[in-house]
Amino acid sequence: MCGIAGLIHRGKSSNVGNELQAMLQALKHRGPDSTGYALYADNDGENFIMRFKVGENVGEGSSSVNEDESVYDKRKELVDSMLKNLGAKVIKEEKLTPYSYRYEMKYDDDLMEFSKKIESIESVEILSIGKSLELIKDLGDAQAVLDRYDLGKVTGTHAIGHARMATESGVDIKSAHPFWGYPFSDVSVVHNGQLTNYWNNRRVLENKGMRFMSECDSELIAVYLAEKMRNGATLEEGMKDSLSGLDGVFTYFVATKDSLGMAKDTMAAKPLVLYESDELVAMGSEEIAIRSILPHEIDTYDPFDGEVKVWQI
Amino acid sequence: MANIKTNENKTKAQSMGLHSEVLTGKTQQKFFNPDEAENFYYWGTYDVDFNKRIDLDVNDLDCKEANKKIDELMSQGYGTIVIKNPQGKHSLGVGVLNKLNLIFEGSLGYFGVGSIDGPTVRINGRVGWSCAENMMAGKVVIEKNAGSCFGAAVRGGDLICKGSVGARTGIDQKGGTIIVGGDAGAFTGFMMQRGRIIILGNVGINLGDSMYDGTIYVGGKIGSFGSDAIESPMTKSDIDWIKRKLKVAEIGENFDVSKMTKVVAGKKLWNYDALEPTEKKGAI
Repeated sequence: MCGIAGLIHRGKSSNVGNELQAMLQALKHRGPDSTGYALYADNDGENFIMRFKVGENVGEGSSSVNEDESVYDKRKELVDSMLKNLGAKVIKEEKLTPYSYRYEMKYDDDLMEFSKKIESIESVEILSIGKSLELIKDLGDAQAVLDRYDLGKVTGTHAIGHARMATESGVDIKSAHPFWGYPFSDVSVVHNGQLTNYWNNRRVLENKGMRFMSECDSELIAVYLAEKMRNGATLEEGMKDSLSGLDGVFTYFVATKDSLGMAKDTMAAKPLVLYESDELVAMGSEEIAIRSILPHEIDTYDPFDGEVKVWQI
Repeated sequence: MANIKTNENKTKAQSMGLHSEVLTGKTQQKFFNPDEAENFYYWGTYDVDFNKRIDLDVNDLDCKEANKKIDELMSQGYGTIVIKNPQGKHSLGVGVLNKLNLIFEGSLGYFGVGSIDGPTVRINGRVGWSCAENMMAGKVVIEKNAGSCFGAAVRGGDLICKGSVGARTGIDQKGGTIIVGGDAGAFTGFMMQRGRIIILGNVGINLGDSMYDGTIYVGGKIGSFGSDAIESPMTKSDIDWIKRKLKVAEIGENFDVSKMTKVVAGKKLWNYDALEPTEKKGAI
């Protein structure tokens, strides 16, 4: 099933961490396995924020294999050494959990090569790189993840999130949403649905040099759009193309540094409720997600089949 | 173990493997043992007074508590119940099998007012997926938009949305009338079997796909016809009937009904001519 939610404040910042938490918590019944946040935060815009993990959450409900924490520390050392070799200058580092880190760093070269080198270290996955994107995902509901990563204070312009019910891949962080639009900075995707031409598309995209970190079908959307944009398409063009390029049923959101978009498949098989005003756009799999941040009476609607919409901040 | 009696004189459907078992009365007794009556909850039919009105704030109630409270209020004779702060909650107002004026001041989530039989419902907001699913009788008016599967498997009554509706409106509809003031999404009237749908605005692709029977009237543009859905000429009785229904629905006052498109089943996909009359009656 899965639940997705997103919001964009137009022309102002807000406490998007708490707002998205409220929306995702309201959708908990659609996906209790893991929760993910892609928050576009009020960072200084100077440095890259890299969030990465060196292992999995092996807590209750996880489908991952138990590893000793010392293994995580060794992998982190390898990442540090690789960053040094790549010429990246780490300005600030934070250990968020035994297996996940947030680095602020300066780096001027190609992000694709950078990511390939970092992810060549065993079990290391970059969750996101961006100047405003803070991508956090872990097992548990929205409140648990918010508390674990202290997201309640995060302010920003827009955000997308996901409450996952694992169906086609394991209960682990690598299969959780959102997915980073590798290798583009500040691109993230969340998806509700099933893609039926995942393997065909994956083979084609891997031959073109794109990378997949999980076996979750939803990751295909992020990679698919990233590949389109790498070849010069705008975000909206890539999304419109995906309506015929991706097979199956889906509603997905994609966010960039300054925009938020939604696409719904031509069968309209997956739900989406949308609220749109000059100041705020809020959307979610169910009305209760929107009501959690806008309790007063508002006008909402369901986008039709095959609709693509993109909003700017 | 239930006693099973085999019917020697098989009908055509039974020879195909359907309805090959006949349950005896003894089995019925076993299923409905009076000693277990306390395990069942029977919804009541109450004598209510429409002038007896009460507000019910459901902000702090879940759907089960809210629905139970509605039943309780009806048992106390309240004939007009105003629900405050529904906040998009799911399954509110389901299973009301009574005459009642039920007013929602706000929006509902999924399965709002499903399986109702008799009440008059007004929703001053939006409804989510599968509103009024399996409705048997009554009238439901939604002032704003509705989600997908609007009026799924409706069997009777009038279901009116003044705004636009999502995909698969009237899917599996078995009777009654669905009226939409705005646009409708893809697969409107998908597999509908009986009843009528009136859409004043545009409809999406695959209109009336695989419909068995029933009629769809469209005022705007049609994305595409579904499999076995065909256009049929509008008759005077169609026009008179739609005008009357729109009047009841309080929408489309100046709408030119004569220019609507009438869509019915081509019945090319039918495989029922092979069935016996009684089976055919059950199938459609």
